Parts: sequence; structure tokens; C-alpha cells
Amino acid sequence: MSPAMHALHNAKVMSRAELTRRLVAKLSDQAVIGGIGNTNFDLWAAGRRAENFYMLGSMGLAVPIALGVAIAQPNRTVIALEGDGSLLMQLGCLATVAARRARNLIIVVWDNGIYQITGAQPTPAAAARTDLVAIARAAGIAESHWAADEAEFDALAARALGAPGPWFIAARIDDQPAVTQTERDPVRIRDSFMRGIARRA
Amino acid sequence: MDGTPSATWHGIVAATLRQNDVRLVTYVPDRVLAPLIAAVEADPFFTAFPAAREEEAVGIVTGAWMGGMRGVVLMQTSGFATLANVLASLVCACQIPLVMMVSERGTLGEFNLGQAMVCRTLRPVLAALGIDHHTITRLDETEFVVDRTIRQALATQAPACLILSPLLTGGKRFPA
Repeated sequence: MSPAMHALHNAKVMSRAELTRRLVAKLSDQAVIGGIGNTNFDLWAAGRRAENFYMLGSMGLAVPIALGVAIAQPNRTVIALEGDGSLLMQLGCLATVAARRARNLIIVVWDNGIYQITGAQPTPAAAARTDLVAIARAAGIAESHWAADEAEFDALAARALGAPGPWFIAARIDDQPAVTQTERDPVRIRDSFMRGIARRA
Repeated sequence: MDGTPSATWHGIVAATLRQNDVRLVTYVPDRVLAPLIAAVEADPFFTAFPAAREEEAVGIVTGAWMGGMRGVVLMQTSGFATLANVLASLVCACQIPLVMMVSERGTLGEFNLGQAMVCRTLRPVLAALGIDHHTITRLDETEFVVDRTIRQALATQAPACLILSPLLTGGKRFPA
């Protein structure tokens, strides 16, 4: 087993809600693109920010949307928060991110190995023991890491927020349902986000 | 005009994108689009690069527009056929002025049955989603249609699709 695989299987299963709160607590003017489902709901519950875009569809596109914001605003750090099932739908985007050398992009993946919101069916990656961090690194994102526990997640997030990327940080997370859900008005969410990032960082 | 870039359809399109400050060009390649891709890749005004999949390109241009940068997505007909979900659930739902350019395969001399079949879905999908679309067939109308379509998309915050007909581009010919 490769070192990366050890990192995956030794990583602690953590609370997605708590890790989300830890990440949001570190933010100032960074933009965050929240992938669909519980990823987004926990982001919403961690505190509304005008710089957050809460996706309501287009599964798998948190990273591409974040890359677009990062290209448009090279002086603002942009974070894609995405679930493992969503990322599996759009693995090609990791090569695009690597090719663009997106210095101001951080990808955070919550990996619980299931399509939680549709009934907790296991993903094919879970069955195959696929290592998403190894995929990201092999795609060309050198700074790709598993967070072994909460302290390492904090440390990785702090490093990523302070040094050029692209970064890919993955955490094994639990299957707890989100405590709340986002509002469901796409135009309002989009408009709020645009106003939130209208002043260039 | 002969010999100048504006005498070709791709030269006119590139110049019209520039006039409208459309700086970001994401694409999944296509033989017919090759001269347009080459033109924008060679011009430092543009940020132009390929995406692995058309819906990824749509996501990138959507994010860039929300961040203040105008873009366009280039693809061929079969690529458009992969987009119904992202167009419905992101672009239409969020009122994103996404401009797409689709090089039309599957008609006027197609040799691949699969391309001919997928071409039949292009306009019905656009109609079902209520997305404005125009088919460009003539060189002398290209600048007007491209320019007005970009302007209307931005002004009304609605997506639009420009279909580049083989009548304009020459299309892809039968293999020899």
C-alpha cells in the first residue's frame, strides 16, 4: 500500500459540520463555492457569508465554478467545497486545475464514501478503496493531502490560505445529516454572491 | 479584406468577442472550430484553454462571470448534448448570461450516423429550456449576429447559443 493509501485509511472519521465550522472560522474575504447536498447545508449552517455561493444543482461543478471565480479574481482566494460523490462525476476538472496552475484555488473534499442525500448508497470509489488525494496528486496538484484529524485539518487549511496553490485537502467525514438546509432561490443566492465578491480582493 | 483575419468567420468571431470584452474562452476541441481556437490561443487578450468536458467549461465561465469576467464556451454538437442538466439547474436557474458557440455537426453532409442523431437534439433542447439561439450561415451576417447575441445575453441576463452552420464554416468533410 502506498503512503497515500495509508494516509487515507488511517485518517480519522470526523464531523463534517465541525470541520466546516473550523474552515469558515478562518475566512476573511475568500469566496466559497458550496457543492450540492449536505456539503452546502453545513456551509449554510456554519454562518451566512455574502462570499458564499450555495449550489442548488449541477452536481460536480463546485470545482469548475470556483476555478472560474479564481481566474476572474486572481487576487482573491477561492475555495471549492465538494463531496466525494460529486467530485467523482467530474474528475477531469482536477487536470484542468493543475493545467491552469490556479494559485488562488483551494479544493476541500468531504469523503464519506456514500451518496448520503439519496439514501446513503456506497460510491464505486468506496467499494474500490479509491484514494481521491492520490488521484488529485497524480492529476498534477502537488499540494494534495489527507487530513488525519481535526488538528491536521486546521493546519492544512491555514497553510493553504497562506501559500500559493492549487491545494487539494480531503477529510474522511461522518454520515450525519445536516441540521438545516439552504434557501432555495437560485437568483437571490447568485445575486448575493456577486455583490459579496463585487469589490475585487 | 482578403488576407486579413476579419475576412474569415473565425477572424470575425474573435474580433467581435474582443469588442465585447469577452476575454475567457473555454472549449472542448472540434476540427471545425480549430482556426478560432488557434486565433484566441495566440492572442494574449484572451484567456483560452480546454476543459475536460463541456459542463466543466460551462461551470468555469459561469464562475468567471459571477467574478466579473465575460466568457464564452466553444463546443461541437455532441458536446452540447451533454449539457441539459447544467443549463437547467445552474445557468437558467441562476440567470447566467452564458454565451455558447456550437459548431454544428450531423447535418449537410454528415458521414457519422451518431452525429446525425445527436444533432436532432440540439434545437429541441434549446427550445425546451427557452434558450435563445441563432444559426449563423453567412459571413456577412456573422459580426451582427455574434455582437447582438452577446449584448442581449448580457443585458437581459439570459443564456444564448450560436450555432455555426456548415454553410458558414464549411463543416467537416467526408473522409477521403
